[in-house]
Amino acid sequence: MILDAKIPEGPIEKKWTSFKNNAKLISPANKRKFKVIVVGTGLAGSSASATLAELGYEVETFCFHDSPRRAHSIAAQGGINAAKNYQNDGDSVWRLFYDTIKGGDFRAREANVYRLAEVSGTIIDECVSQGVPFAREYGGELTNRSFGGAQVSRTFYAKGQTGQQLLLGAYSALSAQIRLGRVNMHENSEMLDLVLVDGHAKGIVTRDLITGEITSHAADTVLLCTGGYSNVYYLSTNARGSNVTATWRAYKRGAAFANPCYTQIHPTCIPVAGEYQSKLTLMSESLRNDGRVWVPKAKGDTRLTQDIPEEERDYYLERKYPSYGNLAPRDIASRSAKEVCDEGRGVGPGGLGVYLDFSAAIARLGEKTIRERYGNLFEMYGNITGENAYERPMRIYPAVHYTMGGLWVDYNLMSTIPGLHVLGEANFSDHGANRLGASALMQGLSDGYFVIPNTLGEYLSTQFGKKVSTDMPEFKKTETEVRACVEKLLAVKGNVPVDEFHRQLGLIIWDECGMARSEAGLKKAIADIRALRERFWKEVAIPGTGAELNQSLERAGRVADFLEFGELMCIDALTREESCGGHFRVEHQTPEGEALRHDDKFAEVYAWMFQGQDNDPELLREPLHYEAAHLATRSYK
Amino acid sequence: MSTMNFHLRLWKQKCASDKGEFIKIHATEIPSECSFLEMLDIVNNRLTREGKEPVSFASDCREGICGTCHMVINGVPQGPGRGAACQVYMRKFENGQPITVEPFRVGAFPIVKDLVVNRSAYDRIIRSGGFISEHTGGAPDASTSLIPKPVADAAMDAAACIGCGACAAACPNSSPMLFVGAKVTHLGLLPQGQAERKSRARNMVRTMQEEGFGNCSNYYACEAVCPANVPASVIAMLNREYIRGEVSEAIGAID
Ligand SMILES: Cc1cc2nc3c(=O)[nH]c(=O)nc-3n(C[C@H](O)[C@H](O)[C@H](O)COP(=O)(O)OP(=O)(O)OC[C@H]3O[C@@H](n4cnc5c(N)ncnc54)[C@H](O)[C@@H]3O)c2cc1C
Ligand code: SF4
Ligand code: FES
Repeated sequence: MILDAKIPEGPIEKKWTSFKNNAKLISPANKRKFKVIVVGTGLAGSSASATLAELGYEVETFCFHDSPRRAHSIAAQGGINAAKNYQNDGDSVWRLFYDTIKGGDFRAREANVYRLAEVSGTIIDECVSQGVPFAREYGGELTNRSFGGAQVSRTFYAKGQTGQQLLLGAYSALSAQIRLGRVNMHENSEMLDLVLVDGHAKGIVTRDLITGEITSHAADTVLLCTGGYSNVYYLSTNARGSNVTATWRAYKRGAAFANPCYTQIHPTCIPVAGEYQSKLTLMSESLRNDGRVWVPKAKGDTRLTQDIPEEERDYYLERKYPSYGNLAPRDIASRSAKEVCDEGRGVGPGGLGVYLDFSAAIARLGEKTIRERYGNLFEMYGNITGENAYERPMRIYPAVHYTMGGLWVDYNLMSTIPGLHVLGEANFSDHGANRLGASALMQGLSDGYFVIPNTLGEYLSTQFGKKVSTDMPEFKKTETEVRACVEKLLAVKGNVPVDEFHRQLGLIIWDECGMARSEAGLKKAIADIRALRERFWKEVAIPGTGAELNQSLERAGRVADFLEFGELMCIDALTREESCGGHFRVEHQTPEGEALRHDDKFAEVYAWMFQGQDNDPELLREPLHYEAAHLATRSYK
Repeated sequence: MSTMNFHLRLWKQKCASDKGEFIKIHATEIPSECSFLEMLDIVNNRLTREGKEPVSFASDCREGICGTCHMVINGVPQGPGRGAACQVYMRKFENGQPITVEPFRVGAFPIVKDLVVNRSAYDRIIRSGGFISEHTGGAPDASTSLIPKPVADAAMDAAACIGCGACAAACPNSSPMLFVGAKVTHLGLLPQGQAERKSRARNMVRTMQEEGFGNCSNYYACEAVCPANVPASVIAMLNREYIRGEVSEAIGAID
């Protein structure tokens, strides 16, 4: 199979316009005849559901949460980028495009990223008209803050709850369409498989998490908006329920999985405190606008912060990257934190922490301003650690946060399975090997509000007269397979709780496929994951039945998929013999310890195709052409 | 790290029609730094190892923003202190303290299982009017409407509601008016929300009544438990908006 990205002809600034001018349209009368299944109600799924329903499509939307408003997007804190240039600080579509490509370490597809930058402004317009209460100046204008990897202020925010407000905006648009009967909403419904008819994605099989009922749903096309897979590491900043099941099961039906090893480790999270811990908490990157990161210059310095004089502190980001300083991109900031901790200069329990210090900002701006900007984050920090960050520096450490990899999609957001579209964090398209802060919210909403409504016609216009129904044998067969899978889990009857396997998997992947990766380590991880998987299928304990709310069963299904997926991640990391963005192979680094890319061999997307449970996956490659932004070594010095 | 012991009484109930009962568990060696939900995880994993069914409870973000978690801890919806149940830490309890955990008891939130209740009534209230009708792609440039900072901030404070249902659970009348008032205030303060302002309040209040929730009679129990610090003044705003809605309907100014 050849990966055809279907990038429109023409110069980069004209591609999206010319695409729209020539796109296949579906008339209003015909839109009504097409049914679209949307899985997921995060920013991507809610915005797509609402917009497609407004356009007249018949939409059926699913989420495993008890309400669409609870999707993990709700937890995003810091902000959303847009090239509005309201601050008159030299921003432009081009700059946002270039920053994103460069931030992604030249491993993203140019045309998609340019389109993202191009529509970014209209996202803000849309959200304001829905009533999203973005932060404002006294005169009433919208205000901005800065995020990593940029030298302009282009990030819009709503306190420390930007994701919440954007999601509630999309949720309200979705709610309006549900009220009008244009969206049929299924909560508590987990997609467990994709149904293919003649090789096209035409439906899904779901399990009702309350009753255990397994049912099929047919449509003309399926949109997966199911978020990222950070929880393969067990401990991450993602919500507990975030999982890889939907995309993984689509992979096993023929959708190529692109760049699974590209994961983002966020530099500013509350450090791990103990084995009981169930998740990690992010301290928004926006804090790096005013917080300064440092560790003591001397190893093993256990003095209290106030006893460490200025000249004995190492503000290592400011020292190493003077032009971006504390706002260096995430991959670089995380690796630097790991480096100083590996040197024995880390602070706090186990030496796995660095300081994020607001004392200079409080002295300059006053505590009130800092409280206004970040109050809820300081409160969250205080609540979790029992420490007051207005009085002493926060302790932070990197944690898994976001996954740039995902199902491969073309310019139209369609995967390698005809009819299967993938939006938001679930696809691989816009962030290359490292995502810049405040650009995931932008991408989710861009995909849902502005891209898919324009690109869906390319597929649907080929599907007139090809209606399917759940009575077809393809649906019955998939349903039977899903039932068998659930029963297989229940039949294990071991005595080890699911969490135990998940935690162990997480440790393996964090150690060998986390911030630093090596050939030997990855090989060991693959062997360890296989062994753990075998144990899981012999020893996992799932009390209760399949015909009720059974949280152990839900988790077991997700962990079973992570146990397969983790292996693919390591295979991808092993095959990509270079360092780029968040993927740092210790064998490939510059003398200063920065990521060393090998553009001659690896300026490509790696997309993996499932070849059956017992065979190695097949590797497909999509070459990346840089015509507008020229390949260059990233420098934030 | 130090550990603690607790005498737990946890609610078990198979489904809505089951009677339900407390089970008693002596939870030993709980790390003092762990969160309340992590304590329940430990207890559940121990039950699972013993071949018993764990206690179902809902959670997702575990940082107080998604509104998934919901339970009553020692008589307080969402537990002691500010924030949601997932933001309660064991160091806030005394070693050896008895702790009772039960579900929200609100008629309009039927019990699903154990500590999990069905709060879809809140979604239906939003669907009846908690939005601004607009069409994607038709929005004017965001800078065309100026919203003074105090107005934007007040709208944000109301919009911070996480939809958890604790307000109704705390109220002797099972009134969700803090939740409804939060949305009506958020949208009613903004210029974008003016067109549907009157019908919004009227429709949401009617739906709230149809769902079987009660009205506010000024106990302020909701404000005391609200994890998002939504102020009770939103209820005053709701009452005023609702009356405007009724009057407007009477004179034919809204459908
Ligand atoms: C703590 C935190 C803070 C962040 N802050 C920022 C920020 O400031 N700026 C920024 O740009 N980005 C931020 N991000 C990243 C950003 O929030 C996410 O990438 C983005 O919200 C993902 O949106 P989504 O719509 O793709 O998926 P999600 O919001 O994760 O939604 C997934 C949806 O899919 C459903 N689902 C999943 N699997 C299934 C299944 N099998 N069956 C049925 N339904 C399913 C879920 O129910 C849910 O509705 C942050 C992330 C985290 C973790
Ligand atoms: S108003 Fe407060 S208590 Fe009520 S649902 Fe919203 S956040 Fe929960
Ligand atoms: S789990 Fe999200 S608010 Fe408690």
